[in-house]
Amino acid sequence: MEQSIDTRPAPSGPLARTYRLICSAPFTARLGMVFVALYAFVAIFAPWIAPYGEAEVVSRIPFDAWSSQHLLGTDQLGRDFLSRLIFGARNSISIALVTTILSFGIGCLLGVFSALVGGIIDQIISRFVDALMSVPDLIFILMILSIFGSSIPNLIMIIAVLTSTRFFRISRAAALNVTSLDFVEAAKGRGENLLWISVNEVFPNILPLLLSELGMRFCFIFLSIAALSFLGVGIQPPMAEWGSMVRDNAALINMGDITPLIPAVAIAFLAIAVNFVVDWLLNRVSGLNEEG
Amino acid sequence: MTRIQNASIPVVEITDLKIEAKSNEGWTQIVRGISLSIRRGEVLGLVGESGAGKSTVGLAALGYLRPGARTNGGSVRLIGTELLSIPEEERRKMRGTQVAYVAQSAQAAFNPAHRLMDQITMVAVDRGGLSREAAERRAIDLFTALQLPDPQNFGARYPHQVSGGQLQRAMVAMAMICNPALIVFDEPTTALDVTTQVEVLISIRKVIEEFGVAAIYITHDLAVVAQIAHRVAVLRYGEVVEEASIAAIMDSPQHAYTQSLWAVHEMPVSASGRYETGVRPLLSIEGLSARYGNFDVLKDINLAVGRGETVALVGESGSGKSTLGRVITGLKEPSKGKVVFDGTPLPEKLRHRKVDLLRRIQIIYQSADTALNPRQTVRKIVGRPLSLYHGLRGSAREKRLIELLKMVELNEAHADRMPGQLSGGQKQRVAIARALAAEPELIVCDEITSALDKVVQAEVLRMLISLQKRLGVSYLFITHDIEVVRAIADQVVVMQHGRIVDRGAKEVVFSLPHEPYTDKLLASVPDMAVGWLDGIIASRTARLSTYPLDASRIDQTG
Repeated sequence: MEQSIDTRPAPSGPLARTYRLICSAPFTARLGMVFVALYAFVAIFAPWIAPYGEAEVVSRIPFDAWSSQHLLGTDQLGRDFLSRLIFGARNSISIALVTTILSFGIGCLLGVFSALVGGIIDQIISRFVDALMSVPDLIFILMILSIFGSSIPNLIMIIAVLTSTRFFRISRAAALNVTSLDFVEAAKGRGENLLWISVNEVFPNILPLLLSELGMRFCFIFLSIAALSFLGVGIQPPMAEWGSMVRDNAALINMGDITPLIPAVAIAFLAIAVNFVVDWLLNRVSGLNEEG
Repeated sequence: MTRIQNASIPVVEITDLKIEAKSNEGWTQIVRGISLSIRRGEVLGLVGESGAGKSTVGLAALGYLRPGARTNGGSVRLIGTELLSIPEEERRKMRGTQVAYVAQSAQAAFNPAHRLMDQITMVAVDRGGLSREAAERRAIDLFTALQLPDPQNFGARYPHQVSGGQLQRAMVAMAMICNPALIVFDEPTTALDVTTQVEVLISIRKVIEEFGVAAIYITHDLAVVAQIAHRVAVLRYGEVVEEASIAAIMDSPQHAYTQSLWAVHEMPVSASGRYETGVRPLLSIEGLSARYGNFDVLKDINLAVGRGETVALVGESGSGKSTLGRVITGLKEPSKGKVVFDGTPLPEKLRHRKVDLLRRIQIIYQSADTALNPRQTVRKIVGRPLSLYHGLRGSAREKRLIELLKMVELNEAHADRMPGQLSGGQKQRVAIARALAAEPELIVCDEITSALDKVVQAEVLRMLISLQKRLGVSYLFITHDIEVVRAIADQVVVMQHGRIVDRGAKEVVFSLPHEPYTDKLLASVPDMAVGWLDGIIASRTARLSTYPLDASRIDQTG
């Protein structure tokens, strides 16, 4: 009886493993995690943190300067800018998150399925995805929104479907590498159905790659929602949204006031923070096999 | 170039070499004080299981350490130069010109995008101080010496245009191009078929003798090292457990570990002949053909496997034996013929087979690394067929799982491990347990022992034999290893180019007279005896002297 080649203690539960994982993260990744946590905190507890209501007109003076009462001044209708910024975090992040998860689900399931089935079905799905991808995103979204009207569910659906094409391609490519391995063949030979093979055999092996893609796509979705709001077809007033806040207060720039740039900076920081975490995850993917 | 004239001065002298490697808990000693010396024209065999530190020592002789490893004592002197103390730049200059390395897989070592000649002469032109023309002339001389076909034009080919055996010899040419003092051969024939292995061994022997280099020959196969080395050092856990002349090691190995390397060779030859012609066979294959695209992999195969019987399917890689296994398990559709299992013809398509039918035929793969999902625990891997086929849940499943693990000589502690935390032998045991979980009647074993070390191989084979006695399961044992066949088979079927060329009870197939191909196959398996290769070379020369010498003739298999 040979000895096990592995002398490491068995991992003691997912909690301890996660803790060890975070400890091993480099500085940038930890910084990213702190920022993401901060954003999440603000988004979740917005009503308690914000000094005023989201759509509450609190001042008669539009575009009021920074003061002790209104820390970041007021916007074009005299609403508290800081409060709207905080509520904006909630709206922007939650909508982006829902959209990302939706597109992740659609894209990855179809991608793995396509890779497993192969043949003509794979061809049909892949070509359809290629066709979708060949249309410039923003123009496509603007067109669809102008047909169906700009509501939040419409916005989420259309962006989710378009983004899922990216998830489809990457998950299909990653799954193709796994489906050629013996254990997938063994599962087929055992009589497993495709869903079981996708979820149990293929998915765990490509998950780290997909998770890092997830982070990246979250940024892109966040930015396109902001861009759409900036163009006036995204999230509609009176809901606070960072992209539309930039547009609505853009006039202030002419007066040398930097306030309208603050939501833009908030977007930029979140994007950078998420990317720090994603970069680290991607690096770990290459070392995946050692970890076993 | 520095060349030593006096044969008594060692070319390379390793003294008390210690190497440690970085692991999770700091540094682990992987080489624990090894001393070796090799003189000019001498071949030292380094023998041991995987993980014994053979390759690490071989690379250290080149002054090279793998990333994450460092020396912590000892010295490596190459032609009087202390390799461990000179700067890396100096060592780089010596590599390729004074020391060279022949890797296990020539396929992986050659760049597929460049012609062989450019890759072979590169070191000689860059660092060896030869002009391009001189280097190419020398390469052609080496091609001739290595008995490569059409030596004048061989270098113009790309790596994929030559066979595995030829590519391996091309790599030997690359190592010899600067006429180095020392060559390290790292398992150069392990990835080759037996018939090809002989050709490469003959070539290596020839150039070593002709050019008088010192060589370290790393292998886990004692039979191979017996043909090529003068002295053998047996390594285990980074230590030399025994060092002696090849004759002494073969005749009277002293250390218990050295003796254990004969494990498979010394397994009792299983008695066969339980097969009765009157009884309906469990599996019978009638006129079966299969093709990939326009290429016929299987041509008119007829085969029968009885209950509780082991049929060994022997042949070189590419002979179609694995495809036959895939057709039986339904993973590949045949183009003609049928497979009859227990009296009923099997549906060709996998999805037309009922789950219970799938249960009765299981397959075990060659490489447990790819056959086990690295992201699943052993519990999930072995437990899945239990719930799928037998509907076991909860504690009943757990009980059966532990029973199965015990059957393959593992225990419940292994149930929570991931495949990455198991050794090669343990992984293969898990794969066997997964097949047994289905309670099959036929198991297709596709080269299941070829990735394992000799000692582990013998353990796994013994276990399979005793499982067969207990459970009455039949094996279709696909292998290219004649030793394994001797140990386990009842019936032997020899395949070549998709056809069955010889068949019968083991005793019949292995006794004279053989079919021509069986003869060649058997003759190519190195004997565990010094001088076996000399005998082959002698008989070849005798035959060749009656014909004009033609290198490509010898090379038909290479």
